[in-house]
Amino acid sequence: MQTSQSLDRTFAALADPTRRRILTQLALGEATVNELARPFAISQPAFSRHIRVLSQAGLIVQRAEGTKRPCRLAPGALSELDQFLHMLREALTRNYQRLDQLLAKQTKRRNDP
Amino acid sequence: MSKLALTTEGDTHVVVTRRFEAPPEAVYRAHLDPDLLRQWCLGPDGWTMPVCINEGRPGGKMRYEWSNGRGGFYLTGEILELDPPHRIVHVERMHMPEPTPDNRVVTTFVADGTGTLMTMRMSLPDQETRKAMLATGMERGMEASYARLERLSGWTVAS
Repeated sequence: MQTSQSLDRTFAALADPTRRRILTQLALGEATVNELARPFAISQPAFSRHIRVLSQAGLIVQRAEGTKRPCRLAPGALSELDQFLHMLREALTRNYQRLDQLLAKQTKRRNDP
Repeated sequence: MSKLALTTEGDTHVVVTRRFEAPPEAVYRAHLDPDLLRQWCLGPDGWTMPVCINEGRPGGKMRYEWSNGRGGFYLTGEILELDPPHRIVHVERMHMPEPTPDNRVVTTFVADGTGTLMTMRMSLPDQETRKAMLATGMERGMEASYARLERLSGWTVAS
């Protein structure tokens, strides 16, 4: 279970677009820091900082393999927040589908008196 | 394009946008008129709204009660500002049965061609509140195992 402090770290980590892109890339599988850094035009220390933030937030895990430190997603790291946002999206999607129908009915009533 | 967009704004807010094929007057009214609200503001299938009070004026009260036949929860709130048909500001809280922290919601309706673009900005509940909301059964029908990539893609567009 996440404490509110660790949740704060999760949010802070996810607030940055570079870090979200790193997570999206890692969703495809394990990758080394060098491989992950390739698409980004930022300095190596800056990139390492992003990796550290993600790791401290518990979103990714790293293992040692010689001099390489391959990264992968931490299992279940985003599940609680994801689950909530998904629930909200589903509930609102259904609401607005019903509202679409209601509005269409009103328009029809106005158009054929 | 009527697809719902749901994004997070920092770590404190959620912004929802949705287009409707009806003028702002109609979409605005559907957000305040209890007879209309009871027909659409129900969340997942299987829920009804036996009680729907919305006084539809600044300072007016709101009370929505939902039931799925086995149990339910309710929401109370107050309307803070109305600028018909463009803007509704209200505050709401869920009772499950303990009240959740107040959530200030700003909903705007802007004409978009023959339709309306609605934007709703609200607080992102804290973790405790989210857990309580999930536990109400609002998640009924949700599968626990969404493709990780899909979830993360959601985050990627949420910038």
